[in-house]
Amino acid sequence: MKSLMLGNEAVARGLYEGGCSFVSSYPGTPSTEITECAAKYEELYAEWAPNEKVALEAAFGACLSGKRSFCAMKHVGLNVAADPLFTISYTGVNAGLVIGVADDAGMHSSQNEQDSRHYAQASRIPMLEPSDSAEALAFAKLAYELSEEFDTAVLLKMCTRVSHSQSVVETGERVLPAQKKYEKNPGKYIMMPANAKKRHPEVEARTKALTAWAETTEINRIETGGDPSCGIITSSTCYQYVKEAFGDTYPVLKLGMIWPMPEQKIREFAAAVERLVVVEELDGFIESHCRSLGLAVSGKELFSNIGELSQNLVKEKLGGNVQAGAALDEDIPARPPVMCAGCPHRSIFYVLKKMNLTVLGDIGCYTLGAVQPLGAIDTTICMGASVSGLHGFVKAGDGESAGRTVAVIGDSTFMHSGVTGLINIAYNESNSTVIILDNSITGMTGHQQNPTTGYNLKGDPCAKIDLESLCHAVGIKRVRVVDPYDMEICQAVITEELAAKEPSVIISRRPCALLKYVKHPGPICSDTEKCKGCKACMKIGCPAISMVNGKAKIDATLCVGCGVCEQLCKFDALGKAE
Amino acid sequence: METKNIMIVGVGGQGTLLASKLLGRLILGKGFDVKVSEVHGMSQRGGSVVTYVRWGDRVCSPIIDKGQADCVLSFELLEAARYTEYVKPGGRIIVNSQQINPMPVIAGMAAYPENLVEKMAALDIQVDALDALSLAEKAGSSKAVNLVLMGRLAKHFDFTDEEWMDAIEHSVPSKFLELNKKAFELGRSA
Repeated sequence: MKSLMLGNEAVARGLYEGGCSFVSSYPGTPSTEITECAAKYEELYAEWAPNEKVALEAAFGACLSGKRSFCAMKHVGLNVAADPLFTISYTGVNAGLVIGVADDAGMHSSQNEQDSRHYAQASRIPMLEPSDSAEALAFAKLAYELSEEFDTAVLLKMCTRVSHSQSVVETGERVLPAQKKYEKNPGKYIMMPANAKKRHPEVEARTKALTAWAETTEINRIETGGDPSCGIITSSTCYQYVKEAFGDTYPVLKLGMIWPMPEQKIREFAAAVERLVVVEELDGFIESHCRSLGLAVSGKELFSNIGELSQNLVKEKLGGNVQAGAALDEDIPARPPVMCAGCPHRSIFYVLKKMNLTVLGDIGCYTLGAVQPLGAIDTTICMGASVSGLHGFVKAGDGESAGRTVAVIGDSTFMHSGVTGLINIAYNESNSTVIILDNSITGMTGHQQNPTTGYNLKGDPCAKIDLESLCHAVGIKRVRVVDPYDMEICQAVITEELAAKEPSVIISRRPCALLKYVKHPGPICSDTEKCKGCKACMKIGCPAISMVNGKAKIDATLCVGCGVCEQLCKFDALGKAE
Repeated sequence: METKNIMIVGVGGQGTLLASKLLGRLILGKGFDVKVSEVHGMSQRGGSVVTYVRWGDRVCSPIIDKGQADCVLSFELLEAARYTEYVKPGGRIIVNSQQINPMPVIAGMAAYPENLVEKMAALDIQVDALDALSLAEKAGSSKAVNLVLMGRLAKHFDFTDEEWMDAIEHSVPSKFLELNKKAFELGRSA
């Protein structure tokens, strides 16, 4: 049956059809929907793990037990999972193991634009790279065949434009392979030096065998074009840009497996064209391979390693003409993402800014606390870095920094890798103050459950981590809970905990305003008679408040009635409707 | 058939995703190759959002580049102005005249530009502005802005009434079907 599917949905379909039975992932844009869609198939067990390392290790365990398994993550998640990745390369698999990783060139929703293809080469794990939804489905299935044939995990590399584009797919039936038995095999699965030394040559031999496969597989295909003055090697979404720009004019070598790459096929392709060009986003990965073969090639001197490419860019750089559109000669103000009206994070950041504190931030919706007019965050690095960074900042600081510095981290991010930083704070005794912004959900990626919410990926009730007990258990004696909507109490508690001569955790607890079960009191009204136009309420950056004719106006369709602006108004102009 | 390109732009939370889902269904039903591309995540939080819808005999790129859109369908005035560059010469912008202030304007760091409809009309593009919010309210809900705009779009593209109705029925919850059909009609006839 033909249907229109998101690339991520198509991967999930490929997992289903390819006989995958176990999925463990951590959400991360643009990879999240793979696992959400996989969870909709009753035949697949699917879960959210607390982080990507746990997810990959769980998926490896499942493959060891004899079931085809999968885990998905965004590019930076693969950094977290890199430890098992490199050694799983040595052990190989029992049943097939596929690892989905989604890059984000252009940083639509990421903190860097690292190129995951390097991980394939570095870990010696083959990587397939689909260019649309149909290939995403087909490559997910193919990945299991390769995984079992070559005794290796297989990386399936997505990118924002493939993950988040819908295109036409043809669906098929699920074929479940015979269950494999787990058999003890210490030489293969116990990676201590004596065994690992024997496995490494196996890995290199496997790479040779995969390179030979790369020479003949149909997913590395040459498309003959009429004009051999230029031959283009490309893959992923860049293949689509090349085809959009030039149709079937130039010969194209489309690589479906990006590592290991063929040698002979590339040499033959290069020999048949006058000029060899590589079109790829981010690093010159294919280009470096071509150069290592001694081929003259153009790549990164034409196409930047910064941001995304497009059909116009490809056409222009290769000498084609593009049609321009007419831009307005006007300063168009940017429209950055903002915290939603009623967001429980807003008031905490207002308080932190008012107190003029140094705030080490983390990854999640609350990263928006860095945006003006709140502008309350000093750093954002990676998942968990706020807590561990705070420890170093306070320990190495001038003695006063302990009383002036906090870390802020969300509930899901704290579970992911914040708790290890907190253990370090307790163990090595830094006078740190950590604020856990517990909004009872993984917010930024679109409301995924996590170990603190009491529900699993399928939406069923499950064990719920008690944050207070957890903090106590790792050795933090001072644990306070506040309601972020009450700014006076928040400020008082933060002041007390900063003054305390030992580590403390403040849990700022209120569920995300967008959660369906959250009941709101109804919009605030503004009294234009009482409003003096002092703009105190504008300092919280609420999208529901604007100034009209010098007076505060509340947009009743957006306002949920959190009452934070009301606390800022000295003239009693904001309040619940009578 | 030459590839058709529609960009749907607006503010995160305005319902642009339903519009693209509806169009995808409509076009696939006609047997065309189709690609619908959007960006999720950070951009949803009240930020500027863009969806690309492309269909034809063979569609390669999932995105629409500058100077390529047959039509930009904008849910908000400032967002229309932001993307005029993407309209092909002689192409069309359908714009909901509703204004939603972005944070730099709310925070007093920038001004919302004035007379944008007139300024856009002076370019080599056709500008079709309507108050979709009022029409949606007239249909029964301010949330039906997307269906009002779909109705307006229907005036300019070659799909039958039945094809539109089939796509609407498959894209909106059944309890809001009548409201949405009414919004669609109001957009088309306004």
